Amino acid sequence: MRKILVTLLFLLFGTSAFADCNIKSGSINILANDFPALRTFVETSKQCKGSADFKVTHSSEHNKIAVPALTANPSEFSARIAANSSIVPLMNQDLIRPLDDLVKKYGKGIQDSQLITIDGKVMAVAFMANTQHLYYREDVLKDMGIAVPKTYEEVVAASEKIRASGKMQYPYAAAYKAGWNLAEEFVNMFIGHGGEFFKSGSAEPNVNNAKGVATLNMLKKLSELSNPDYLTHDSEAIKVEWESGNVALMTLWASRSGTLLDDEGDPNITKATKLTGPATVGGGNIPAATLWWDGFTLAKNRPDADAEATFRALAHAASNKKMVADAADQAVWLVEGFVPGPKSIGVIEAVKMGAKPYPMLPQMGLMHGALGSEIVEFLQGKESAEQALKDVEAAYISKAKEQGFL
Amino acid sequence: MPNKTFFWFFLPTGLAMILFIGLPIISTGIQSFYAQHDQVVKEVKKCDPFGCTVSIVVDNEETSKIREAKPLGKFNGFGTYTDRNHLAVDEIKKFWNETESFGAFVDQVTNLPFYKALIFTLTYCLFVTPNVLLLGFIIALSLNAVARKIRGPLIFGTILPMIVTPLVGSLVLFWMIDSQGIIGANIQNLMDDPYLSLKSSKTLTWITIIIYGIWHHSPFAFVVFYAALQTVPQEPIEAAIIDGASRFQRIKHIVLPHIYPVVTFVALISLMDNFRVFEPIIGFSAEGSAQSLSWLIYDNLVNEEVILFGSAAATSMMTIIGIAILLAPVLIRTWKEFKTAR
Repeated sequence: MRKILVTLLFLLFGTSAFADCNIKSGSINILANDFPALRTFVETSKQCKGSADFKVTHSSEHNKIAVPALTANPSEFSARIAANSSIVPLMNQDLIRPLDDLVKKYGKGIQDSQLITIDGKVMAVAFMANTQHLYYREDVLKDMGIAVPKTYEEVVAASEKIRASGKMQYPYAAAYKAGWNLAEEFVNMFIGHGGEFFKSGSAEPNVNNAKGVATLNMLKKLSELSNPDYLTHDSEAIKVEWESGNVALMTLWASRSGTLLDDEGDPNITKATKLTGPATVGGGNIPAATLWWDGFTLAKNRPDADAEATFRALAHAASNKKMVADAADQAVWLVEGFVPGPKSIGVIEAVKMGAKPYPMLPQMGLMHGALGSEIVEFLQGKESAEQALKDVEAAYISKAKEQGFL
Repeated sequence: MPNKTFFWFFLPTGLAMILFIGLPIISTGIQSFYAQHDQVVKEVKKCDPFGCTVSIVVDNEETSKIREAKPLGKFNGFGTYTDRNHLAVDEIKKFWNETESFGAFVDQVTNLPFYKALIFTLTYCLFVTPNVLLLGFIIALSLNAVARKIRGPLIFGTILPMIVTPLVGSLVLFWMIDSQGIIGANIQNLMDDPYLSLKSSKTLTWITIIIYGIWHHSPFAFVVFYAALQTVPQEPIEAAIIDGASRFQRIKHIVLPHIYPVVTFVALISLMDNFRVFEPIIGFSAEGSAQSLSWLIYDNLVNEEVILFGSAAATSMMTIIGIAILLAPVLIRTWKEFKTAR
């Protein structure tokens, strides 16, 4: 009876039924971060759900939910949209399943370059790339006769000039919110300086050195050119700052360009907002930025039928040429048929310049956590760079010992 | 009430307490003595859209074997309690031997995460609790004195801070003190310093959180005190008025002794609440400048991509011990009074 009803409903309302991938059973429940490209991706996969149950949770708190939700057996979610960093805790706890058989069976449109393989096994299918890069106000730079900055030293010089002219008080912005965001800025800048977070082949920390000090000093210089509340500003907050016209130079995620350049807000600011590649730092030749991919993973603690249904729905989106054409503005899609638009400049430049991916190491999360809380006092001027880095290493070592990495 | 009646009366509550409070505390206590097993890692090839690298992953087969044999983890004793992120015993010894002045030693110790959090937590308790008691009492007295007609609306207005969800309350204030918010911008104007930010200065953040705490908790003290004031007998007060006692003398010698047990009760509850200060730190995004013990537990459980159960459990146990120590004087006093009363 229910089946008949469902079929009838589809006949009545179901334009989406045409995109049906003929999934007959199983239930699909997806956990994902919350930004426009992921919403588009999940919506596209929903078109193909067939008669399977379909649920989705979009949350910016996805990192906090993921491990507990996937540890349960059966797990709450059948799929988790993850990125380079968030796949690591899932791998550490053995919570996701290899996808080789499913890729072979249902992954016809997926390109080989989209497959994330670890030890020869496909663990995730990537569909978009992301990075943090520079945004600038063309009108302001032109008025002041400043060339588009290519290095962070030039960003500092340009910002100082803008401030000196009295045009803007806090001309630079980046997400320096204490915690994850701030640590991410450190990671970018440290990699730009050519730093390695761990001594090679071990989990021993390796940040308390000249490169670490240079990284902190650059972060401090930039923070002094930012709104004094910078320690509470995340990506959303600096986006608002930008849209109110308070900022001329900004380091922000490529995935945010869609909402930054939409029709909301002052059209003059939107028109003058231009994107460019990430900056280098300290005379280095690789950008002070990390490359990220977003891809889907499937929960291990879920019946095979659910995994199959989920994979088919998500693979439908991960190989959907129509989606990447319609939503070309929302992300840099890794899917076949994507034609990069003006909003993809940042990521494409970053790749061209040889940017490194965010380190996918089992102990990196602990380092990221230690950075997020221990470098704050340096930025506040309460301790020296060396002391801050010493604290980072000490905090990391205690945590790594408790987790059994050291 | 006969003991037997009391026993049956208390039984359901007692069972629920054991089940939902007692057992979890015991389980947390046990967990705090364990750490994760040594991670078995192996080098593998990893490929993503940006290329291939050789790096390490956790060897899940090996790890799951060890985990099955010992699901609780590696016994660590007081290892987690004494490590740098908690009591930091070794570090403190080192600082004591290395630093030259006591000031430098204190500086070094307060730079350790646990002590940093402890100091904020204690400062918060120390400033908020007495002020809440005082303010609550003053409001209760004043409201008790106004005409009955307008008392209702006034009482409602006064308890509003308690009705507003802590997170929402702190967010409202957070936006007001933004450098472009109504309070933040005015302070900048007043001080003539465009770089002044209530949110980036540690001292100002602490003051903001403490003021918020007083604002949020006073209504509770007020409500209890106001109820207690209704029970103050009128005869001795009238007698005191005839004897020519001033308003202050009446309060000091008649009202306060009468409601003294209630004051103890409010002090106890406030101390316990304040020692667990947490929401304002999140609401004010003040993690950078102010960390409390509860925030440390939260940080260990959710902020890291790797969950540190041992650390969180150890901090929880120490928070419980901390509350016990803080409450000890009041509890001992109540116990003594109880004994003499018998």
